[in-house]
Amino acid sequence: MSARQLDPGTTEPEAGPLKLVATLTIAGLLSGVAIVGAWQTTRPTILAYQAQVLKAAVFKVVPGAQGLQRLAWQGQTLAAEADPGGEGDDTPVVYGAYDASGALIGYAIPAEGAGFQDKIGLIYGYDPDASKIVGLRVLDSRETPGLGDKIIKDQEFVHGWDDLSTTPSIELVAHGKKAAPNQVEAISGATISSKAVMRIVSGSYADWAERLPKRADAPRQEITPAASPAKEVAP
Amino acid sequence: MSQSDRTAEELLKGLWKENPTFVQVLGMCPALAVTNSAVNAIVMGLATLFVLVASSGLVSMLRHFIPKQVRISTYIVIIATFVSVADLVLQATLPVVHKELGAFIPLIVVNCLILGRQEAFAAKNTVKLAIADAIGMGLGFTFALTLLGVVREILGSGSLFGMALFGPNYEPWVVMILPPGGFIMLGLILLVFSWVKQRRQARQARQADPAPKVGVA
Amino acid sequence: MSSENLRLQVTAAPFTHSPRTTAAVMRDVSLALLPVLFAAVWYFGIVAILVVGTATLGAVLTDAVLGRQGWAGLKDGSAILTGVLLGLTLPPGIPLWMALLGGVAGIGLGKVVWGGLGHNIFNPALVGRAFLQAAFPITLTTWVAPGSGSLVSLPASTLAVPLLHVDAVSAATPLGLAKFQGTLTAVGPLLTGNVAGSLGETSAIILLAGGAYLMWRRAFDWRIPASIILTTAVLQAVASAIWPGLAPPQMMVFSGGLLLGAIYMATDPVSSPTTPRGAWIFGAGIATLVVLIRNWGGLPEGVMYAILLMNAASPLIERATQPRVFGRDKRRLL
Repeated sequence: MSARQLDPGTTEPEAGPLKLVATLTIAGLLSGVAIVGAWQTTRPTILAYQAQVLKAAVFKVVPGAQGLQRLAWQGQTLAAEADPGGEGDDTPVVYGAYDASGALIGYAIPAEGAGFQDKIGLIYGYDPDASKIVGLRVLDSRETPGLGDKIIKDQEFVHGWDDLSTTPSIELVAHGKKAAPNQVEAISGATISSKAVMRIVSGSYADWAERLPKRADAPRQEITPAASPAKEVAP
Repeated sequence: MSQSDRTAEELLKGLWKENPTFVQVLGMCPALAVTNSAVNAIVMGLATLFVLVASSGLVSMLRHFIPKQVRISTYIVIIATFVSVADLVLQATLPVVHKELGAFIPLIVVNCLILGRQEAFAAKNTVKLAIADAIGMGLGFTFALTLLGVVREILGSGSLFGMALFGPNYEPWVVMILPPGGFIMLGLILLVFSWVKQRRQARQARQADPAPKVGVA
Repeated sequence: MSSENLRLQVTAAPFTHSPRTTAAVMRDVSLALLPVLFAAVWYFGIVAILVVGTATLGAVLTDAVLGRQGWAGLKDGSAILTGVLLGLTLPPGIPLWMALLGGVAGIGLGKVVWGGLGHNIFNPALVGRAFLQAAFPITLTTWVAPGSGSLVSLPASTLAVPLLHVDAVSAATPLGLAKFQGTLTAVGPLLTGNVAGSLGETSAIILLAGGAYLMWRRAFDWRIPASIILTTAVLQAVASAIWPGLAPPQMMVFSGGLLLGAIYMATDPVSSPTTPRGAWIFGAGIATLVVLIRNWGGLPEGVMYAILLMNAASPLIERATQPRVFGRDKRRLL
């Protein structure tokens, strides 16, 4: 009895090593070409969407903003930075928010940290002249639906960050107990997630806000785009 | 059996008789992970359908050229290519859903349903049959995911395709959109599936032998 | 003498019989639960009866309709007991439709799918409770302060239309107060039960009395509750000595569902180990988990999860603690 043919498709049972290598090489090459083609075609749309989401978030946390620009530390000075070429760029950045004339009115600072479940990613607005946090939006979270996700949905909590003094430091207090301008009320029933947000903002604030230059000393917007109202995009 | 009968049969078997999720219990990872809403489930099902049909067609087309020693690696390269394309296209066209599905789109590569169909069917059959089989299996998978997604979204969020069904005071069954809800729902649906199958078999047995002999001599 | 009287009588083992049947044990446990139910009515009003009754209805109907033995399977009383225990773990203001659903889920997912009484890995009442907790986390942690209504008045949420939500006034439990606000509750109210909490977890004295009755009737393995209570007290004494911010051991033992769980849930003969050494280990495991969850976990209370996790470990514990046949088997672990 001859060698059993498992696969009627392969008629030659023994292919030489050259053929094996050649097959995989050709498959890999063609695959690469296809993926690069798809990447090139979809890239502009993907980047435009990401920019739109970012713009919407920045404009929400810094009221009155008309333009934005990436800022990063270059040595001791904060300077404008080009858009990241690709993902995986870990340089910590903030976004300068500018009015129509190109003068800085505040910073939008992205931050992330551990929540009740998984990471919470958020962005908050900071006004360096008034030493105030002027807005906060949670962008990414997997907190428990109905409980922890109130950090996104509970308007009272979200707007608790709209005018928050940072002197001497920001504090979380129980729901209904706000007594000073530097206090935020926790969401009743979602204490753990509220604490997580507070911890993330406090940590990021200590890293960033205290050394961010005042409005007058901040880098100006290099390219002043035509002031266009931010389009609403669900983050 | 005529050629078109055969094609129809291969197409239909994936929908019910050999449904990948409910009968073969393949591809459980996406079936449990992304069926927390109907939209997510449908998009995941269609992305898988696309990858499956494209890969099966190509593998069947190339089945005489791929040496059998490297066939699995070649299948994986083919599947991975289509998955990457699907991932990028989704990211560009449906960014919100893409974000929700997250890592599960790239993970279609390791969905055993897809590699299984290449090895078990596409590599041994004509292009026409392979594509019919892939469409059937892909649609069966999409149907199963959508069923899970619809039930879980209705109970877990009180909505269907994002539209609220019960008004603002609905008390959502949070567990249903969390991972345990996926397991519970899948278990219950599998239960119903086997129950229906059992009843059908019992009925067929009765019809085949309407007057079973009672007692043995 | 006729030859018929000389017939050899052949009977099969077992030759010793215990008068204790499943139904008798269930009756004893139910009897011991009556004062607990009475205390619940005293503190929360007639709503306690409604909640416990509805949960029991859900459990009984599910067992009768889906269970292998149908209505006949109800005779041992285990479905009723599951329903009553489930009801006692629920908050007083829970909508009745949820209590019914809890009974259905408890028996359906906790008992019937495993093959019925004796085949279940987990305590069915706690499975029902865990399902409700996962499904409706807000409602299941919304507590009513004791004595906030008259005997016959109902909280607004009790009669909520099925599937819909009604806002309820919330009071904090002693454990919640300790965890989120750093306020400790004195032992006095914990003993009498004048604190917010689930229907059956309020009065420590009544729960302990029920435990004493069951011990006297030998209706349960006393080692399990003893082990849970002792281990909790010792671990918490050590922990609160090292970290002074933690609650003192007496509060840990007398608050929340610890006593209810230790006496009535962990002792479920189906889902707990039967060997004496196994019972001690099982209880110590529950207590360790409770102390860990309550002190350092995200939730103020963890008795339910502790018992369910140890339920899963019961078969392992039993294997590890099998008595050795003298002079034959080598000593081995697992």
